[in-house]
Amino acid sequence: MKANRAASGQSGEACAASPRRIVPHAIYRRLGDRVFGALVLVLGSSIALLTVAMGLVLYRQGGAPIVRDGFFGFLFQTTWNPVTGEHGAWPFVVGTLITSFGALSIAFLPAIAVGIFSAEYAPRRVAAAINYLVDLLAAVPSVVIGIWGIFVFAPWMRDTFYMPAFYWARESAAWLLPVLGTPTSYNILTATLLLALMITPYTVALTRDAVRMVPREQREAAQALGSTHWEMIRMSVLPYARGGIVAGVVLSLARALGETMVVAMLIGNSNRLPYTLFGPAANMPSVIANEFREAVEPTHVTALMAVGFYLFLITFAVNLIAAYIQKRLNVGGRIL
Amino acid sequence: MTLRFRHIRDYAVRAVLVLCTVCLVAPLLVIIGYVLVNGISALTPAFFTEELGSPARAMQGRPTGLFHSIVGTVVIDLLALSFAAPVGMGAGIMLSEYSENPLNGPIRILTGTLNGMPAILMGLLAFSLVVRPTGRFSAVAGSVALAFVMVPIIARSVESVLRTTPWSLREVGLALGLPRWRVIVSTVLPAARSGILTGVLIAFARAAGEAAPLLFTSFGQNYLNLDIRRPMDTLPQRLYSLAISPYQEWHAMGWAAAIVLLLFVMACFLAARALSRAHGGRDA
Repeated sequence: MKANRAASGQSGEACAASPRRIVPHAIYRRLGDRVFGALVLVLGSSIALLTVAMGLVLYRQGGAPIVRDGFFGFLFQTTWNPVTGEHGAWPFVVGTLITSFGALSIAFLPAIAVGIFSAEYAPRRVAAAINYLVDLLAAVPSVVIGIWGIFVFAPWMRDTFYMPAFYWARESAAWLLPVLGTPTSYNILTATLLLALMITPYTVALTRDAVRMVPREQREAAQALGSTHWEMIRMSVLPYARGGIVAGVVLSLARALGETMVVAMLIGNSNRLPYTLFGPAANMPSVIANEFREAVEPTHVTALMAVGFYLFLITFAVNLIAAYIQKRLNVGGRIL
Repeated sequence: MTLRFRHIRDYAVRAVLVLCTVCLVAPLLVIIGYVLVNGISALTPAFFTEELGSPARAMQGRPTGLFHSIVGTVVIDLLALSFAAPVGMGAGIMLSEYSENPLNGPIRILTGTLNGMPAILMGLLAFSLVVRPTGRFSAVAGSVALAFVMVPIIARSVESVLRTTPWSLREVGLALGLPRWRVIVSTVLPAARSGILTGVLIAFARAAGEAAPLLFTSFGQNYLNLDIRRPMDTLPQRLYSLAISPYQEWHAMGWAAAIVLLLFVMACFLAARALSRAHGGRDA
C-alpha cells in the first residue's frame, strides 16, 4: 500500500487525490486476509478431516465384531452367515485380493505398453486419439460396463471359453478341476477381467505423464550413442520414469480394490470358500453393495461396517504408499 | 548382438505396443457399440415422460419410463455439486495459494487419499452421518455421499489449475497494493476460470455415473418424488437394479438407461475437453 502511494505520488500531482479514495482502510487488508485465510483453511482441513472421519466413523459403527473377535480374529474368520449371525471377513478379503491383484497383473503390462506407445511412438494425431479414448474409458460409468458385462460379455465368455475349457479339463486334465470349478456366467474370472479393463486408463495416464516428464537430454544421450528407439526407451527413459510408473500402478491397485459396481454385478455373490476360477465369489465392496440395503439385523449391519473399515484400512495404506512414491519422485525428480 | 538383430527387436517391440493399444481400445469401442445399438432400440418417448412403476406395469405393456430417475439424478447431482464446489474450491485455493501453511502437506496427502477411496465407503460414511441420525433414506443423504466423491476431484484440479497460472499475475496485484485475498479473488481465480470449470465439470461427470454411494443413501424408488427428505431414484442406481432384475422388459430399459447415462457423461467429458483446450489455447 505504501509502495502504491509512493508510486502514484511520483507519477504526478494530477491524480494525487485519487489514491486516497482507492486505497481502502487497513481493516480491508488485515481483516479481509484473516477472514479469507481462515475460511480457506477451514475448507481445506475439512477435506483432511473427512478422510480421518471416514476411518473413525467406520470403526465406531463397525467396531463391535472387531472388538469381540479381535482384529485378526474377525479378519481370518471364514464363515459369513447372516442367518446364524456368524460374521467373518475372510471370504471377502480373499475375494478382494484375488480380484484386485488379478486385475492388476492382467492390466499393468499392457497398460504400461499403451502409455509408452502414446508418449513415445505414436504420431501426434494417433496419440491424441489414443489419449482421448483412454480418458473416455475412464469416464464410462461402471454400471454401463456392468450391464454390458451381464448381458454380453459374461454369456459370451461362458460359451466360448469357460465351457470348452471345463470339458477339456474333465477329459484330459482332471487335476485342474478344483481350480476351475463348475462354470457359471457370473464368476471371479469375468469380474477380474472387466476390473482389469477399468483400471487400465489410470495406469496408462500416469505412465504417459511419467514418460513425458523425462528430459530431452536424457534421450539425446542415448540416441547419440547410436541406440535404436527401443534401446533408448529401455536404457534412458524407463529408468528415469520408473517412479512415476510404479506410483501409477499402485494407484491403479487402489482403484481395483475399491471398484464396486462391476464386481457386484458380475462376481456372482457367493461367500463359500474355496473360490474357483469359474465359480461365483464375493469381495469386500461387492458384499457391502449387495447386502447392506437388505441388512436388517443390527449385527449384520455392524459386520458390514466392519468389512468397510478393513477396506478403508487397505485402500488408505495403498494410497499412502502411492503418495510416498510420488513425493519421492517430485522432490528429487530422480530415479526411485 | 548384431545391428540386424537390434533393428528386428525394435520392430518387434513396436508391434507389441501397437497390439496392446488395439487390445485396450477394442473393448471400449465394442462396449460403446453395444450400448448404442441396444440402447437406441429400447429408447421410447415414454422413457422420458413416464415413471417406472411396478414390474407388472412393464409386463402388461403399459408405458413405463425413467422420468423419475432422470429428475432424481439432476436434483441429487446439482445438490451434491452445491455442497462440494465451495469446499473443493476452498481446499484447492488453500493447497495452491497458501503453500507456506504447515497444514498444507497433510491436507494434500489426505485429499489425494480421499480421491482414491472407494466410492462405496463414501456411501457408508453418508449413511452413518445422515441416514442414521435422521432415521431415513433421503435424497440429501445421496447428495452428501456424491459430494464426498466430488470434493477431492475438484480440490485437486483447482489446485493444479491455480498452480499453472503465472506468478506474475499475483505479483502485479500485490505490487498494486492489493491484499492477498483480493489478489486471489480478483486476478488469480478469473484467470483460471475455464480451468476451474473444467475440473468441476469432470467431477460432476464422474459423480453422475456413480451408483455405489447411492445404494443406501438415496436408496431409490419406482415413482416420481420431489421431496429431498425422501428416497429418490437416480439413473446409475436404477440401471443397476434393472440389470439384475429378472424381467426382460426391464433389461431393455436398462440398456436405454445405459445409453442416456453414457451420452450424458460423454457430453460432460467433451465439454470439459473443449473448455480446457480453449483455456490451453489462450495460455499459449
